[in-house]
Amino acid sequence: MTRSNARASRTAASAGGAGKLRLDPATVRRARALAKKAGRPIVKLARTHTTVSVERAVLRLAGLSGADVEGIPWVNRLVDAVHDDVGVEHGVALPVWDALLTGGLDLTTLAQKSAADSVSFRIPAGRDATRAAAAARKAVARGMATIDRRRAERERLVAKLGDPKQRPWIYLIVATGDIYEDIPQARAAAREGADVIAVIRSTGQSLLDFVPEGATHEGYAGTYATQENFRLMRAALDDVSKELGRYVRLTNYASGLCMPEIAALAGLERLDMMLNDSMYGILFRDINPIRTFVDQRFARQIHARAGIIINTGEDNYLTTADAVEAAHTVTVSQLLNEYFAKEAGLPDAQLGLGHAFEINPDLPESFRLELAHALLARELFPAAPLKWMPPTRHMTGDVFRGHLLDGFFNLAGALTGQGILLVGMMTEAVVTPWLSDRDLALQNVRYVLNAAGNLHEDFRPAPDGFIVRRAAQVLDEAVDLLERIVDDTLLEAIADGTFGLMRRPATAGKGYEGVVAHAPGYYNPATELLEASQG
Amino acid sequence: MTDQSERPAPGDATLPVGITKVIRPYGDTTGDGMVQISFTLPIPHDRRAEGAAAQLAAKMGMDPALVVHAKAMGPDFTFFVVYGRVNHLVDLSKVQVAERAYPLLTAKDINALIKQRLRRKLTVVGACIGTDAHTVGIDAILNIKGFAGEKGLEYYRELRVVNLGAQVPVPALVERVRSERADAVLVSQVVTQRDAHLHNTREMSAAFREAYPADRRPLLVVGGPRFDEAAASDLGVDRIFGKGTTPGDVASYLVHALVTDRAAA
Repeated sequence: MTRSNARASRTAASAGGAGKLRLDPATVRRARALAKKAGRPIVKLARTHTTVSVERAVLRLAGLSGADVEGIPWVNRLVDAVHDDVGVEHGVALPVWDALLTGGLDLTTLAQKSAADSVSFRIPAGRDATRAAAAARKAVARGMATIDRRRAERERLVAKLGDPKQRPWIYLIVATGDIYEDIPQARAAAREGADVIAVIRSTGQSLLDFVPEGATHEGYAGTYATQENFRLMRAALDDVSKELGRYVRLTNYASGLCMPEIAALAGLERLDMMLNDSMYGILFRDINPIRTFVDQRFARQIHARAGIIINTGEDNYLTTADAVEAAHTVTVSQLLNEYFAKEAGLPDAQLGLGHAFEINPDLPESFRLELAHALLARELFPAAPLKWMPPTRHMTGDVFRGHLLDGFFNLAGALTGQGILLVGMMTEAVVTPWLSDRDLALQNVRYVLNAAGNLHEDFRPAPDGFIVRRAAQVLDEAVDLLERIVDDTLLEAIADGTFGLMRRPATAGKGYEGVVAHAPGYYNPATELLEASQG
Repeated sequence: MTDQSERPAPGDATLPVGITKVIRPYGDTTGDGMVQISFTLPIPHDRRAEGAAAQLAAKMGMDPALVVHAKAMGPDFTFFVVYGRVNHLVDLSKVQVAERAYPLLTAKDINALIKQRLRRKLTVVGACIGTDAHTVGIDAILNIKGFAGEKGLEYYRELRVVNLGAQVPVPALVERVRSERADAVLVSQVVTQRDAHLHNTREMSAAFREAYPADRRPLLVVGGPRFDEAAASDLGVDRIFGKGTTPGDVASYLVHALVTDRAAA
């Protein structure tokens, strides 16, 4: 972009174009500055701690996979063995590659021996440490090269087959528990018009401190995220992409206790989007806050490298708190997610910031409020592919009313230029979607996009009208909340129940025992390579 | 629903009121028996498929059945909407419902009863157990925000609410209930795949029976959209709440079971 172009687009952003709401630029700047101030101590914490899952992700990037007869992955066995011998505060790379070089072994054999307790680890020093670090870096660099190849592959396929013709992209969920049932369902969904297929994970996977292995057939309300399941589904969608002449994207979840490992597997198997929220695990799964922030930074660095679009989970706030009263908490979370994402190297184009259509439909002017909130997100993050989530909380089982509500949700998505539209089902809260539910839901989306897909061109909220005033109010409330968070620190705010009413102290929650502060000389070849590529 | 059951049954005015109340579905005329259904058949859309839909509707008791809409969903499935008259009658005298065996109280009455009769706060521990991560139900009942316009249990001044959130292991729940000296345990189960809600509830009730002598055991209450409210004793709990339960229902029950009923006994 030339300098005069850059100036022109800045002017456009402040005057028209992105300026339907005429947000006060000073308030927007203030909001971002506060988010940065609130997030910076967390980043510092993340840079000075590691977790067992970060260390396992390093081993996965170096090529260690598979599990023992009990189904415990070798990465868990090896990290546990190092942990027992010398701790993980120096990182596993130095002791593991020192043992590999000393014993002349490969990673899998070392993991097997460590599980049988027939090998011991030490923290190498001097030239031994230099040699171990170099060998570790070389091994992990091979994993990074695979991630880079997968990213190039995606770019090639998108160039050849093309992106969806319309915005928002249509995002559909598949979840049977059995990957071999998911595949035909995903293919059918793509043929019916889905641009993005999300395979919901089995309930409970987020609290497993290991990633299951292989193709899986049993899950509860979802299918386990495993490397093999990722590979199978991506291959199936590649076939259907060729058939349809558009690149169908695949989504999974980098959340829970194994966030870094799942991010690595997603990069290795060319997943395209990953659910990855900065605070969801803390608030909704009671995962330790520090564990979450450390894991998240590493996961986001991988996502940045892999070209994966993250989807954040602000919709969740509105399922537990009132969507009008808590509207500003969504904005605050979006700003924090943006700060953490950018710090980890994710560009705007990879920021699928979330928000949802969850205002009580009985409330007067509920649709105007929804438009104000959706447009606020759009204008605060003009270059991000925002993820627009359908009503769930006020879906009552009256499927007819629900279908109408979904129609209004779709209209709000079209009017406010959302990037990714999660298709709402009229049977939300009734059954897992039937074939016919999905078909009717897609007809609903298609009708709205066909009838009003470009209505955003004509949609100009009245200056100083209801929508403009409401958006300004939410932004002001977000700034107030951010000010309180900055005064209090983010960890304290989380502990006090500022978000979603849940109190989550920094030293409680699941997975805290897997968090370790770096010792002097901590070495992580993956972080080194990821941060070098960020420049 | 309630309106109809309390009035003489429309459509069968010839029957003596109060002895049998027989009704049939209502389209636009009393006694017309009209219903509307939709379903999918795993066959391509053609004339035979529409005939198949009509046959299914006939077997379901719809006569005449009008296939008003048929649409292909991909090459292998067809979706139908059918309107028609059913010949079935509903005998209201044989309808069974779990009647609420306790009065519905206001928040003010509930607080007053606990304060006067219990003379301390009533402690409730809530959780989603097992692998269930759906806190929507338990949060709707417990969170101050509540559900369906009713404030949640946190709003009741005389209730002390400890919400443990999602995926709480049963032993951890028992331990916490013990340390909080809770009067009642509220467990929400949304996921029903492979009957997980039933297995988890049985595991939970067994654990409390093992951990407490019978007369000291806290009140066990489960809720979720797919429970049969009549199955409480089968699952080893004191009460089951199904779909549409509001915080007021639960609070009234807690006061009935732990304050007014217990005081009377």
